[in-house]
Amino acid sequence: MDEVGRFLVELGLLLLLLGVLGTLARTIGLPPVPLFLLGGLLLGNGGLADVEATAPFVEATAEIGVLLLLLLLGLQFSATEFTASLKRHAPSGLVDLALNATPGYLAGTLLGFTWPACLALAGITWISSSGIVARLLQDLRRMGNRETPAVLSVLVLEDMAMALYLPVLAVLLAGGTAERAAIGAVLAGGVVLAVLIAAHRFGDRLARVLRHDDDEQVLLRVLGLTLLVAGLTHQVGASAAVGAFLVGLAIPADTARRARDVLSPLRDLFAAIFFLSFGLQVAPMEVAPALPAALALALVTTVTKGLTGWYAARRDGVGARARLRAGAALVARGEFSIVIAGLAVLAGYERIGPLASAYVLLLAIAGPMLARLADRAPKPRQPIAALPDRGPGPGLA
Amino acid sequence: MDVTETLLPGVGVRYELDTASGDRVGVVSYRDGSFELVRYDAEDPDSSASLLVLTAEEVDTVAEILGAPRLTERFADLTREIPGLVSATVDIPAGSRFDGRQLGDTRARTLTGASVVAIVRGADVIASPVPQETLLGGDALVVVGTQAGIDGVQNIVGG
Repeated sequence: MDEVGRFLVELGLLLLLLGVLGTLARTIGLPPVPLFLLGGLLLGNGGLADVEATAPFVEATAEIGVLLLLLLLGLQFSATEFTASLKRHAPSGLVDLALNATPGYLAGTLLGFTWPACLALAGITWISSSGIVARLLQDLRRMGNRETPAVLSVLVLEDMAMALYLPVLAVLLAGGTAERAAIGAVLAGGVVLAVLIAAHRFGDRLARVLRHDDDEQVLLRVLGLTLLVAGLTHQVGASAAVGAFLVGLAIPADTARRARDVLSPLRDLFAAIFFLSFGLQVAPMEVAPALPAALALALVTTVTKGLTGWYAARRDGVGARARLRAGAALVARGEFSIVIAGLAVLAGYERIGPLASAYVLLLAIAGPMLARLADRAPKPRQPIAALPDRGPGPGLA
Repeated sequence: MDVTETLLPGVGVRYELDTASGDRVGVVSYRDGSFELVRYDAEDPDSSASLLVLTAEEVDTVAEILGAPRLTERFADLTREIPGLVSATVDIPAGSRFDGRQLGDTRARTLTGASVVAIVRGADVIASPVPQETLLGGDALVVVGTQAGIDGVQNIVGG
């Protein structure tokens, strides 16, 4: 077979494999992310079959997959939702950070990682998977539940915190000093704020540039702008992913809805290849030795996430059963842990790869299972509707 | 009636209310335009059971069924309560220049201050039409405003 033939056949087989894995995940009630990861682990570096012919393409596609994940995340949120979440759940966000980043950092120290790698591991254990959790809440029909706004608020705050965390991590992983990283963080914070304000002021003008009746035009304009901004933020030493996230944030609500509709299928495809690609780079032989550490970390951070959800839901004045549901719902880690691990591996911290793979595999599977289990918790005998401190959720005003 | 509004970040908005029959009901409005109706559990008031999920299109239909008769009743009350406020129907003649164009194109409210609160098309009522709603010859517009405003709307669409 000549080069083109091999490339096409191999890519076709990879896409079909992703399709089969996605269907399998749906059938057994799991998110597709861990299965895509597993597929990648079994192939590629040290796996059953090599995928040399598509390697350059898969790598480039994975890069864009990360950007699309972050772009769509930015498109999902409005400044109103962020400020409402911050007002009501800022302490929950801090508890989330303290309880879940710390075990990751400590585990890194115990394993003898250098401190930028420890910081990466802290991020991996900190950020829940918005994709898995949001989908889970929808599948379990929990949008009406009282604890759900608290869960969603924690997710929003984590995602916004990523916009500060990623540039810092990018600088540190590249070998920058703590001072440079601090400057990076301040800069990133300033840029996020500036983007939010600019989106509020000039969003209409941006929307006019991006808006078009043609789906194709919306796709090309939004994607083009995203890649451009991501490339520029990469050049100034922040992370390209943050640039994509900011573009998503800056696009005003009605255009954002159009862009979401148009870009979602593209995101699904590219992100699937990204998860696969991360697995391809990691040798399955190296995952086995990392398993005990990953298992211990997963157990600890399942408990700490559970406590985070419990605390956040309690702030909204819901009962014990609902607090348990909130805690279990937040346990799943997924796409963002892999994005962070991907950055670390790319910067040469290769030991993070197997550990992060095993960790995400464990929690992306255990998280949804725990969330389902929480529905079976025994119901209280007495209705607890009469709790005096039950406040309304975050208001719209 | 007491309706609690709760923001669901990244998802939409939820409205909750108590019915006279003792149920606590929630309406989740998703950002893609679909809706979900839920009823809260009597034993665990924090959890809800999904009653039905409606697509954007189904929501429009259900809202029309539930809302149209209420709307006419309500604005009839309104015109009685507020002096100077009048409601009337204004016909769009076949061959009017607005036949096939959007309601917003008439700029009726901008020019006259009167509001088109419904479009009656044959047996159907389009309650609270959006400016993008297409007008057809033979439609009747239900207009609320001052008498001068209603005359103004008559002049705009009748010509």
